[in-house]
Amino acid sequence: MSGHSKTTKPSRRQFLTGAAAVSASAVAAGTARAAGDPLITQVQDWAQATGDGVDATPYGLPIEFEGDVVRRNVEWLTADTISSINFTPIHALDGTITPQGCAFERHHSGAIELRKDDYRLMINGLVDTPLVFSYADLERFPRENHVYFCECAANTGMEWAGAQLNGAQFTHGMIHNMEYSGVPLRVLLEEAGLDTAGELADKWVYVEGADASSNGRSIPMEKALDDVLVAFKANGEALRKEHGYPVRLVVPGWEGNMWIKWLRRIEVTAQPIESREETSKYTDTLADGTSRKWTWVMDAKSVVTSPSPQAPITHGLGPLVITGLAWSGRGAITGVDVSTDGGKTWQEARLAAPGTDKALTRFYLDINWNGEEMLLQSRARDSSGYVQPTKAQLREVRGLNSIYHNNCIQTWWVKANGEAENVEVS
Amino acid sequence: MSKCLEIAATALVASGLLAAPVAAEKFGLGRAATPDEIAAWDLDVAPDGTGLPQGSGDVFTGEEVFAEKCAICHGDFAEGVDNWPKLAGGMDTLDHEDPLKTVGSYWPYLSTVWDYVNRSMPFGNAQSLTADEVYAITAYILYSNDLVDDEFELNHENFIDVELPNAGGFIIDDRETAEAHFWTDEPCMTNCKDSVEITMRAAVLDVTPEEDDNSDDTAQAASPVEEPRAPVETAALDPALVEQGEKVFKKCKSCHQLGDGAKNKTGPILTGIVDAPIAHVEGFKYSKPMQALGENGAVWTEAELAAFLAKPKAYLKGTKMSFAGLKKEDDIAAVLAYLQSVE
Repeated sequence: MSGHSKTTKPSRRQFLTGAAAVSASAVAAGTARAAGDPLITQVQDWAQATGDGVDATPYGLPIEFEGDVVRRNVEWLTADTISSINFTPIHALDGTITPQGCAFERHHSGAIELRKDDYRLMINGLVDTPLVFSYADLERFPRENHVYFCECAANTGMEWAGAQLNGAQFTHGMIHNMEYSGVPLRVLLEEAGLDTAGELADKWVYVEGADASSNGRSIPMEKALDDVLVAFKANGEALRKEHGYPVRLVVPGWEGNMWIKWLRRIEVTAQPIESREETSKYTDTLADGTSRKWTWVMDAKSVVTSPSPQAPITHGLGPLVITGLAWSGRGAITGVDVSTDGGKTWQEARLAAPGTDKALTRFYLDINWNGEEMLLQSRARDSSGYVQPTKAQLREVRGLNSIYHNNCIQTWWVKANGEAENVEVS
Repeated sequence: MSKCLEIAATALVASGLLAAPVAAEKFGLGRAATPDEIAAWDLDVAPDGTGLPQGSGDVFTGEEVFAEKCAICHGDFAEGVDNWPKLAGGMDTLDHEDPLKTVGSYWPYLSTVWDYVNRSMPFGNAQSLTADEVYAITAYILYSNDLVDDEFELNHENFIDVELPNAGGFIIDDRETAEAHFWTDEPCMTNCKDSVEITMRAAVLDVTPEEDDNSDDTAQAASPVEEPRAPVETAALDPALVEQGEKVFKKCKSCHQLGDGAKNKTGPILTGIVDAPIAHVEGFKYSKPMQALGENGAVWTEAELAAFLAKPKAYLKGTKMSFAGLKKEDDIAAVLAYLQSVE
């Protein structure tokens, strides 16, 4: 930049002459022998013509070149796509916050459209005054912001019997991590009054959604009064329809099925309801045929998101960023170890930021790849002292039929050509 | 802080959480729920029968209701169709390699069956059953699991006497004791094992979905070579009506698909259904009466479809379509417009 334009405004004539000069030199550069990358030595369309105006995109979607960073489903998993699940493209994301538009969905009767004006939240059961709140009422209670992960209990559930799905999106993509704005459930329960409930230690709240599945779960009062949020914003904006617009429950660290979407009712009860979703589903059958119930907490877990089957190494030898995600429903991630030899030796990865309670933590291991095959693994540790187990360790206790809560160490076989495959190792 | 003090502090915090909030601040927001409102929404039923309404239903009635409203997904004998849940069978399989979890083999409480059927079924037409129908369906599910005889009648009085076989099959989460060895604090870092072999590969199974479906590149590449389409004969369709019809169609979506990539699901593909021969979709197994209509050369004119959609069972006795019907004529007109708008 010359000082000229700072001091005197160029006349229209000067401007036009100048533009013509630039364009002439561009033609010259394009036709003559420019040494180097034509993307640099030639003037490109985007550097010459203008782009979209500010009125072109009132609400923006990712640019078309990122069109493959989308949720995907696995057709054979469920009878139809309405009572079904899809997966977050974690192999293609970085950082820790999951954009709402590609955060996994799990519905039991499809994603419904419920207007704020039509929204009602009832609190009933063992409360002093059963209450009904409108959406506007909820926005008048003191609000909090928290970042939490939401993981379906069935995440990695297809991998119990062996390596099955070839991609981090499919093996570990039933998870998202958002910043929620909402009202603590405790505040709403206190508004209705808990004197009637008497001794609270043995009481429960039954929470229920407004959709046709009427999905409901029983939550012990201690958790309900601890950190459960009645949320209406995620990542700063309204919840998406598929995540429970206008109001969902956030149950930090506990399985996603309890995070009731389109939350319509909270009932204080003297006993758990033992609904379908807490008896026939979301119970974990052990090898001897007995089943664990009330396995609400999601144990510490991690996965390398890149390189991975959907994110192969394409750049050859040399500097390589190994990255992934770690989380724990029991507290904060305190460390992540990475192995490139299938678990013989481990080195501590770098956490992008110190782990926080019940939220995703991003880790990195920056290596100089020599082109040799790797059996890539990650192992999470949390603030309770828990260390993510191997699949063999889990099977030893739980057998093969648990379906839920598979938090085993994942192995990617990265080959010499940079491709990766989901494998199991001895 | 010593470990002991830490535990004491934790206990205090815990008890603080559960202490009755003596002087909790009230905001005076919301309004009192009316008894009718509570009755309308508070439908859940607990294992001890709390919440169960009066009523009764026997196995015989249950079989009829089940055949009409449930069998399309769950099978005439509750054995399940395709990937839809099996409700019967699987006794003593819970410790097998692939356990079959049904009401009979797995569910601990009968209340769960009643509650779920009452609030969430039939799929696509929830909360449409009467209490007596729910008792009857529940009785039939018990019968199909060989848990009661064919004379059995279930009602609110004998309900809690029924114990399901796997009632004692559950333990409360014991991970903190059974898996205490996962809390190792200092995991192995070097020489953790002698050798590592690959024992299983996902590529061998080859069950992972292809990625290209959603790729923008392929969509772009495909569009220029697409044949120019014949003008669509939708000039007569009112766009507002089509839009309304798309909303109404949500009631149909749990069983029917139409348009690009549509497949037969619980119900047949509906693309081009208006003015098409009845029972024309290849690969769909129609009910016998529907098949017979088609063989007689009958056609789904707008009038015929409207009559069918108003009351499917009255229009054609024996149809597999379990949908109760569209009550509003406006909705029928709208959905017909929508059906014609999709190529």
